[in-house]
Amino acid sequence: MPQTFAQKALARAAGFDFAEVGQVVDARPDVVLSHDNTADIRRTWLEFGQGRVTIPEKLAITLDHAVPAPTTKHAQNHAEIRAFVQEQGIRNAFEVGRGICHQVLSEEAIVLPGQLILGADSHTPHFGWMGALGAGIGRTEVATLWATGELWLRVPESMRIVLDGPLPPGVTAKDFALRIIGDLGADGGLYASVEFSGSGIESMSLESRMVLPNMMAEFGVKTAYIAPDEKVFDYLARRLARRQTTDGGRTVTEAEVAIRNSQLAANAIYPDADASYIAEHIYAAAELEPYVACPHSVDKLATLSQVAGTRVQQAFLGTCTNGRLEDIAAAVEVIRGKRVAAGTRFLVIPASSQVLQDALRLGYIEALVEAGAHIGTPGCGPCMGNHMGVPAPGEVTISSANRNFQGRMGTKNAEIYLASPAVVAASAVTGMICGPGNL
Amino acid sequence: MSTTGRAWKYGDNINTDVLFPGKYTYTAQGRAEIASHALEDLDPAFVKNVKPGDVIVGGSNFGCGSSREQAASCLVYNGVAAVIAESFGRIFYRNAINFGLLVITCPEAARAIQSGDEVTVDLARHRILTGSGEFAFPPFSASVGQILQAGGLVEYVKTKLRETA
Ligand code: SF4
Repeated sequence: MPQTFAQKALARAAGFDFAEVGQVVDARPDVVLSHDNTADIRRTWLEFGQGRVTIPEKLAITLDHAVPAPTTKHAQNHAEIRAFVQEQGIRNAFEVGRGICHQVLSEEAIVLPGQLILGADSHTPHFGWMGALGAGIGRTEVATLWATGELWLRVPESMRIVLDGPLPPGVTAKDFALRIIGDLGADGGLYASVEFSGSGIESMSLESRMVLPNMMAEFGVKTAYIAPDEKVFDYLARRLARRQTTDGGRTVTEAEVAIRNSQLAANAIYPDADASYIAEHIYAAAELEPYVACPHSVDKLATLSQVAGTRVQQAFLGTCTNGRLEDIAAAVEVIRGKRVAAGTRFLVIPASSQVLQDALRLGYIEALVEAGAHIGTPGCGPCMGNHMGVPAPGEVTISSANRNFQGRMGTKNAEIYLASPAVVAASAVTGMICGPGNL
Repeated sequence: MSTTGRAWKYGDNINTDVLFPGKYTYTAQGRAEIASHALEDLDPAFVKNVKPGDVIVGGSNFGCGSSREQAASCLVYNGVAAVIAESFGRIFYRNAINFGLLVITCPEAARAIQSGDEVTVDLARHRILTGSGEFAFPPFSASVGQILQAGGLVEYVKTKLRETA
């Protein structure tokens, strides 16, 4: 029987050769993710009366959602997490400033192709960029995994989304994602596993690929997938080798990278050609254009020209969706030699310390600060309204994030527009929503 | 088993940020504090007037958005017995079950029920009884049924751990 990616990946995680759509399996994830919510998860886990987490080597914990701590209560929360990490000997734990969970676990090659990662974070489908099955779960479920190592999951129906041809200049993976959600609705992928394919995906940079499964959380999916290729294996093999040798203090050889590369390829999972899908949507890349999602829903799609001229008080570049090096590069290209408009703030928060270091080395940070931007600690920033860039009532933000619900950035009566990094940067320059072509 | 209460009706895409704002998610602790922020940005009257046994009625994609489990637990801590909707965001659905909150997918009932209507959920017969009629809903899957029966995931796991100990 032919199988989709989700069928194969969940069968593997449950120890079967085959899983049927609709079947409920007890899956054993390879990685269990939690972040600032870890202290609360621990309080639930304590109810199980265990002194030790049963799967410490599978836990990955990042401090990223409200960092550095904005209040005493947040600081206390972080302190509890640090104590737990130490007490349980969790190796894959990342301090304040290292970056956003999805970015850090990608950079550190903690999740690998074909694996199952369950996270107490709704954007865990992110890991589909490398062909892993990522799904979001609740805190009590993470506590359950710490205690038992397994969790029930239903094998989802799958949907195919094809991108034909390369994206035209000025059109990004973000625009493609916004268009899909705008066309099909915020519930258009409800519960499904989305498999991306097509020449437009194959020619995309890895950083751009990361945008797609990440944004599919806003489409209601359980998970999303891109077939891993040589580029993915090479990226992960190098990082895996580097991580393992940093521990051992040696440098890696190309031969070692090659071995890891072939191991990664051997564990990758691909759907069967004749697997069955509930829907297929084909997009011609050449017909796409820059889009903006309007308040207060990601599926309120507008073309850039339809909303151009809307005043913005804040432009925010960052998050697990669009806070990577190529996003910062796109912003720098737009803003270099220009100034952020009076009456508008431009906040740039790299997705990780690695992104920040690369951006520093390439002179991007200098160019941004010179233009009047300000730079925040790698992490989620104001994405979910904890701190560091919360808008005032009545203010409008244009953001490179993935979500624009009412109150999302911490203020009920504030508006959030979502767009690509270049549009965010151009809007910062004019103080109005616009594209780089309008400068 | 059945439960009766008044309906609080909301629209489509009721997301986790309006159910429980993100700014409280790492610091709010305990039932009372979590309960106090329920639907804060959507309907400030809710927390003041909700009664144990009340039912929330939503449109499509109820609970979309974040994985934060207080979006479900804040309803439980306010005494809400069930959420009836046309469809649910999948993590919210799991979180609700894990807190013993009935989440019932029934588009016909979700459309027919109006705010303030008296609604009875008859779990044994898989029926929703309202002034505007009687609606059938599909039974829960076995895995969901077991967790609900135990009174939530924590109790379910405790029992399982005891059995395997
Ligand atoms: S950047 Fe935003 S969407 Fe991404 S993990 Fe952080 S809070 Fe969630």
